Amino acid sequence: MIVEIAHFSLILALFVATLQGTLPMIGAHQHNQSLMSIAAPAALIQFALIIGAFSGLTYAFVTSDFSVVNVASNSHTAKPLLYKISGVWGNHEGSMLLWALILAGYGAMVAAFGKNLRPSLKVRVLGVQALIGTGVIAFILLTSNPFLRLSPAPINGNGLNPLLQDPGLAFHPPLLYLGYVGLSITFSFAVAALIEGRVDAAWARWVRPWTLAAWGFLTGGIVLGSWWAYYELGWGGWWFWDPVENASFMPWLAATALLHSAIVSEKRDSLKAWTIFLAIVAFGLSLLGTFLVRSGVITSVHAFASDPTRGVFILLFLVITIGSAFGLFAWRGPSLKGSGLFQPVSREGGLLLNNFLLTVAAASILLGTLYPLFIDVLGLGKVSVGAPYFESVFVPMMIPMILVMGVAPYLKWKRGDFTSAAAKLKVSAIVTLAGGLLTWILIDRASAFAALGMALALWLFIATLSELAVRIKLFREPIIYSLKSLLRQPRASWGMTCAHAGMAIAIAGITASSAWRVESIQVMKFGDQVNVAGYTYTLERVREVQGPNYKAVRGTFSVTKGESFKLILEPEKRTYTTPVMVTTEAAIHPTFLGDLYAVVGDKDEKSGGYITRIYFNPLVPWMWAGAIIMVLGAGISLTDRRHRVGAPAKSKGTVDGVPAE
Amino acid sequence: MRSRWTYFIPLILLGFLAVYFAAGLGRNPKTLGSVIINQKVPEFSLAPIEGSAKGFSNLDLENQISLVNIFGSWCVSCRIEHPFLMDLKERNIVPIYGIDWREPDRKSGPRWLKRYGNPYTIIGDDPKSKGAISFGVTGAPETFIVDKKGVIRFKHMGPITKLNWNDTLKPILEKLRKE
Repeated sequence: MIVEIAHFSLILALFVATLQGTLPMIGAHQHNQSLMSIAAPAALIQFALIIGAFSGLTYAFVTSDFSVVNVASNSHTAKPLLYKISGVWGNHEGSMLLWALILAGYGAMVAAFGKNLRPSLKVRVLGVQALIGTGVIAFILLTSNPFLRLSPAPINGNGLNPLLQDPGLAFHPPLLYLGYVGLSITFSFAVAALIEGRVDAAWARWVRPWTLAAWGFLTGGIVLGSWWAYYELGWGGWWFWDPVENASFMPWLAATALLHSAIVSEKRDSLKAWTIFLAIVAFGLSLLGTFLVRSGVITSVHAFASDPTRGVFILLFLVITIGSAFGLFAWRGPSLKGSGLFQPVSREGGLLLNNFLLTVAAASILLGTLYPLFIDVLGLGKVSVGAPYFESVFVPMMIPMILVMGVAPYLKWKRGDFTSAAAKLKVSAIVTLAGGLLTWILIDRASAFAALGMALALWLFIATLSELAVRIKLFREPIIYSLKSLLRQPRASWGMTCAHAGMAIAIAGITASSAWRVESIQVMKFGDQVNVAGYTYTLERVREVQGPNYKAVRGTFSVTKGESFKLILEPEKRTYTTPVMVTTEAAIHPTFLGDLYAVVGDKDEKSGGYITRIYFNPLVPWMWAGAIIMVLGAGISLTDRRHRVGAPAKSKGTVDGVPAE
Repeated sequence: MRSRWTYFIPLILLGFLAVYFAAGLGRNPKTLGSVIINQKVPEFSLAPIEGSAKGFSNLDLENQISLVNIFGSWCVSCRIEHPFLMDLKERNIVPIYGIDWREPDRKSGPRWLKRYGNPYTIIGDDPKSKGAISFGVTGAPETFIVDKKGVIRFKHMGPITKLNWNDTLKPILEKLRKE
């Protein structure tokens, strides 16, 4: 019964979304107040209805109601509660429902908190948001209905893919969707602005917090997924340039670019058409990701069951949504001229260059991801594009970008002074060169590339921190003044400092873990010892253990280094019962300088030993820490009152100096 | 100044992408992964399921065109596919050989077949995935088309439905019959 109510609730939501997407839009066009006033309540009701639908499905999963096809195919009674709940979005139908839920949630937030928003703009934003919602809900009801019944009901379900039964992955999709779908709001803002033909500073001020929130969630979601791949797949790697990883990375790059160009639009009344374009592209890439994962046009380890009918629907949806936005853009774009002019060397110039590089990087990843499809469609055979392409294209583009990231915050708006910025950056440059050279000479003379990476990380870190020091006039004024000034720095500029410094730390982690990873694969008998990166691993024993829905072979390593360091690592190899699948649980011990990482594999029948893989992954914890600092930066920046929804213009006077954001 | 037409570039690029996607939809990139296609059926020999006398081995597949279907009583999608297989059997379209994969116990498979009907000519019991591994099975249900020479010609993943039967499997069978 509850499932039927939930189903009905979703049908009602479709009805409400259709109304919300049409009547208020007509109202806004004809200046009809009563039609316009429908938008906000409709957005709240639509959200409430989808909450109802989602709760109903969650209820079916928690109570293991196997008369529902979706539950029967994806759940099992022997599954822990957490995974019964995460099973709701661990499948295609349920994850689309989560998509719709978050979409409506963002709409409801605009409806509830957008009091200071220009009424016509607010109504149009909600209207566009509802039109997207109409498409998504229709897609769910027509091709991916999670509420269908199965008769007769099976005694037990198929179980959730064991790879997905993991705390990291339980929360990876919701975070990622909060990011993906968060970009729908900036998209709706962009389309609403195009319909109105008006992009002003107030508009940009509204767009920024939403972009920032979406960006923060997206960063968190990507990192969580990457962290999961790192310990669950057991190969010591954390990024594989898999199409689905790329599908989440491209919107991230576009959102990063959007984040920065929106600043220029707000503060300098410039790059307006570009900001609008990026807002459309960012959401377009999110939709593209959805299409790639669910249509089966591209092979990936993440792909959901491929179904061409769904593919056709999503493709149509994508083309209509993004096509009409680009159509509006072609129509209105030429009239969106900004008033702010700027010299090439200026903060705008720096941000524009950063935007250019991010966009080209996203485009090149798009090309690499879709290349196999192009070749296949043209009948030239089947190819796959792997990590070497992406690395050789992406990494070189990031080098100038990081250099500029260090410099741009020092430049003034409109016309920057390169000589004065260079003077301020002298120390950073010297430290960077010294650091790079030392890395090259002391650590690894073979790899100039790794030294370059570490130097860039150092450059960005020091330049970012010394920019903060310049802002608070450290060593130029009494220390008390500097400290007071430090506390008075606007939260948004703290956000920038954190995000850029976090990026620097992450780059150090990425470089070190790719350049200096130590790997050792061998057959070990009990008592055998292996030395990896100065640590001695002894295989003590291997035994079988029983989990709630799996059996596992658990290896026990004791790890020692010198006299004082002692540690037990217990990796597992699990065999799940429903569905039958083997997963690897790496044992990881993070240290400041890197992760000790051990995996136990199959028994070697010949010698009676076990195949073990042991890695030392240098600075990997830095990567996670850097990413967390970046997300924190977004969070801090969001609490800036100038960003807070509903307080757009009151901030003048609280800021002294020009904060770099 | 930038020309008006600059603003049409995104729309045009999207158009191009859409054409490729539309063309790519009908294709299955996964066929690339199946190395078993156009190989002779590997040697295997499976015990009969309980209540039946004859087991299933690669020799059974010679000198005829046949389907090999991987199923299990635990598999919900197999239950969805099952009525269609019964229909194929009743209309005597093509012999279907079954591999009863990873049953929890000896009784479950036969009980399932008794309840819903048995569309299979011969069934091999495969609790340890020996047969499934020979065919490179990745999940159930999965169906292989084997030609007269005992060569695997096609692999279908997921349940057979009227739609994909008419669109893909049936044309392949017809083509093989003409060979």
